[in-house]
Amino acid sequence: MERIEVLKTYKLYIGGQFPRTESGRYYALTNKQGATIANVCLASRKDFRNAVVAARGAFAGWSSRSGYNRSQILYRIAEMMEGRKQQLVDELLLQGISKSSATKQVETGIDHWVYFAGWCDKYQQVFSAVNPVQSSHFNFSVPEPTGVVVAIASQDSPLVSVIDLIAAAIAGGNTIIVLASSKYPLCAITLGEIIATSDVSGGVVNILTGKPEELLGQFASHMDVNALVLPEIANDLLTKAKLEGANNVKRVHHYKNTNWERGDFLQPYPIMDLQEIKTTWHPIEQIGSSGSKY
Amino acid sequence: MSIRNFIPTATIDQTGIEERVARLNSRSIKKESKVFALKMALNMIDLTTLEGKDTPGKVKQMCYKAMHPHDALPGIPTVAAVCVYPTFVALAKKELGNSGVKVASVATAFPAGQSSRDIKLRDTKIAVDAGADEIDMVISRGKFLAGEYAFVYDEIAAIKEACKSSRLKVILETGELSTLDNVRLASEIAMQAGADFIKTSTGKIQPAATAPVTLVMLEAIRDYYYETGRMVGMKPAGGISTAKAALQNLVMVKETLGATWLSNLWFRFGASSLANDVLMQLAKEAEGRYQSGDYFSKD
Repeated sequence: MERIEVLKTYKLYIGGQFPRTESGRYYALTNKQGATIANVCLASRKDFRNAVVAARGAFAGWSSRSGYNRSQILYRIAEMMEGRKQQLVDELLLQGISKSSATKQVETGIDHWVYFAGWCDKYQQVFSAVNPVQSSHFNFSVPEPTGVVVAIASQDSPLVSVIDLIAAAIAGGNTIIVLASSKYPLCAITLGEIIATSDVSGGVVNILTGKPEELLGQFASHMDVNALVLPEIANDLLTKAKLEGANNVKRVHHYKNTNWERGDFLQPYPIMDLQEIKTTWHPIEQIGSSGSKY
Repeated sequence: MSIRNFIPTATIDQTGIEERVARLNSRSIKKESKVFALKMALNMIDLTTLEGKDTPGKVKQMCYKAMHPHDALPGIPTVAAVCVYPTFVALAKKELGNSGVKVASVATAFPAGQSSRDIKLRDTKIAVDAGADEIDMVISRGKFLAGEYAFVYDEIAAIKEACKSSRLKVILETGELSTLDNVRLASEIAMQAGADFIKTSTGKIQPAATAPVTLVMLEAIRDYYYETGRMVGMKPAGGISTAKAALQNLVMVKETLGATWLSNLWFRFGASSLANDVLMQLAKEAEGRYQSGDYFSKD
């Protein structure tokens, strides 16, 4: 007798769990021939708010880990992903991406985790400074994570853009909510499963599927979101997001014409875009002719 | 009511209670009703700090918060009371002045209650003499579990006497009572012995105020009222930290005891973080944006 294959239900990833959308809404994902390949959750604003609560709750723990430890965890994600490479390739193929491109995308994604794992305990040194001041203070500036980040993945880079956006945020100690590409959402959810089994505590990374136009207003207006990363958004929507985001002085970043697969995001600057610089004035003894003594 | 023999008057149907709670929790309260209920909940909070590390500064700060929960929003009521250790009663009384916010003090060797009758009475007297409007006592759970119900009854009655005109809240510490039958029996003993309020927990033991426990206690209050005509208040404490849970509690009170109990004379929340969540929800209703804890005072 022929075996009936068990199909996977693609759900959201919020607070370390995989809930269905509370709204019960979904959309059918079809392949080029028009056949349904999966039903995908249409996340509601309530799902988003739950994700913000989870991300805020996870922030204190994640941001206080040492950079070295975060680095180990990001590297662990790469290891886990390597083991589930075939599944990700199959999902990209299912969504109509060519075989060579699918393999390339998955391998690139793994390499990008390793790249950002390397930065976790290094960007602080590169971007910190001891500042010369004309008073008896030891004055220094260090980057600190901004908090809860919300990002919308690139529509046409279903895996690598998601990885780059997550990695840049969490390498710097932030927690993040990503809205996956609505055109190719499947591997983003599988990525959530990989992250869930890689020592990343629940709530650090949250992945939603749904429509950007439906959720952007909520992303921009939520007072507990500290930064928005909107790489491919139209200019009028970007302006709206910035205006609404100004209520709590959100950082809003836009990366035009990024070629994710080529590695355009492989820089420390996307990490720094989600950091706040803290400057400390530490009183020291009077500076004499022989210089300061700290 | 066969309390004189200390035999439970009712066996609690645990599944039935849970079903009832689930059904009540599915009520949806939105828009104007939600704002009304949130303000009511805020006005029922006993803002609490019961830590070994409490300082006069912390208590002063909390008293200010009790009187001015969030001045940025117009039309916000004060909370019902502040709840502190006896050592801080005089200070809290002075800080709160004639604002109408009451001072509640825990007493009787809180939270364990493992001390002699003398010390418990003295503890109560100190708090009452310092001006406490309300006394939150703990029952002797060890004695209760050992079946010494008369001891528990006598102790509550003695403390009630020591309270003079202050209202007495009796903490059952339901997290240590194991069963809902015990919760029901302890509620009846406390009410018979003269409690003005029965309260779920100290906040130091988990689980604290779960919805099934609260419902059992509310039903005990209802049955006692039918029997004697005396109203007894209810105070769930510990574990209620979200506005949603607070609204669900209000629904339970309304459905079990009726609207008369929906006032801070007869219903209180013992909580420290609930106030900010309620304020955040009120700000959301007023401004349309989901709020961040960054914009609300912590204490």
